[in-house]
Amino acid sequence: MMNTGNDRSKEWPLWEIFIRARNGLDHKHCGSLHAPDAKAALQSARDVFTRRQEGVSIWAVRAENICASDPDSKAEMFDPAEDKIYRHPTFYKLPKEVDNM
Amino acid sequence: MTNQHFIYLLRLADSPLILAQRLSEWCGHGPVLEEDLALSNMALDLIGQARLLLTHAGRVESRDRDEDQLAFLRMENKYRNLTIVELPNGDFGQTVTRNFLFSAYQVELWKRLQISTDTELAAIAAKSIKESTYHLSHSAEWVIRLGDGTEESHLRMQTALDQLWPYSAELFTSDDTDRSMAESGIGVDPSAFKTDWQSTVSQVIGEATLTLPADTPFVSSGKAGQHSEHMGHLLGELQYLQRTFPGAQW
Repeated sequence: MMNTGNDRSKEWPLWEIFIRARNGLDHKHCGSLHAPDAKAALQSARDVFTRRQEGVSIWAVRAENICASDPDSKAEMFDPAEDKIYRHPTFYKLPKEVDNM
Repeated sequence: MTNQHFIYLLRLADSPLILAQRLSEWCGHGPVLEEDLALSNMALDLIGQARLLLTHAGRVESRDRDEDQLAFLRMENKYRNLTIVELPNGDFGQTVTRNFLFSAYQVELWKRLQISTDTELAAIAAKSIKESTYHLSHSAEWVIRLGDGTEESHLRMQTALDQLWPYSAELFTSDDTDRSMAESGIGVDPSAFKTDWQSTVSQVIGEATLTLPADTPFVSSGKAGQHSEHMGHLLGELQYLQRTFPGAQW
């Protein structure tokens, strides 16, 4: 266990919870919770987030293991894509045989 | 025979009903939000099981009593739950220890009732075994986590186990009703699955570094309608609304 000597060391770690709503769909982030270990995180996620049949599969990830992009670097990260509309596939005509893509 | 069938169904219904009442007491008082929800979810599962069984019992009895009348309007000595489920919750450790001992029992029971010749009961068992299997896994994890936890949590879990253990003897007593139901294929004689229960229990207790208490001669008698001093208080709360406003509907 982490022990940094302050009060926070007694708190359960934070877990981010991802739920797959139906087979074939991807897992979507739905919230977070505190739990002492991985098994407890999955069980709590089941009780907190799937009470109304919201899912068929759960992922729990320690929040500290997620690398997040820095909101301050939003400009260089995302703005350059703004004027590159040709990257959207709307300019290409799909052949008739292809129904949905 | 019909009467024994009715009594047998009441026994199956009353243990989940009374434990649900106890677990509901945790609502808003859980040690953390996540466990508050988990215990309330389990209470709702158990109420669901009790409703199906009481409705079925009412039909078998054929005296026009519905689930509400059976749940709320019986006298104390007509409730047939195992004594262990009516005991006060104690601390969180005691609550999960009882959930563990009881759900390990329910899993074995439902497993066997799935092939009951009473097809309604078999269907209820098939639905309930999934719920009880989850209750077992949830409570077993907590027994292990707290038993094999800190010095204090270990001590509390051992105390919980020592206090509850004498009440586990009743789970495996069988009387004429149990035997006649087992013979007719409707029910099962609980003494038949004692070893399966023991093996689940001792494996988890071992992993939790706890010590199984020795058996005692004491056998509680809730399933015969003779309850502990805690039952009256519990029923006072359970029955309050229907006694005060007879026939009140949700």
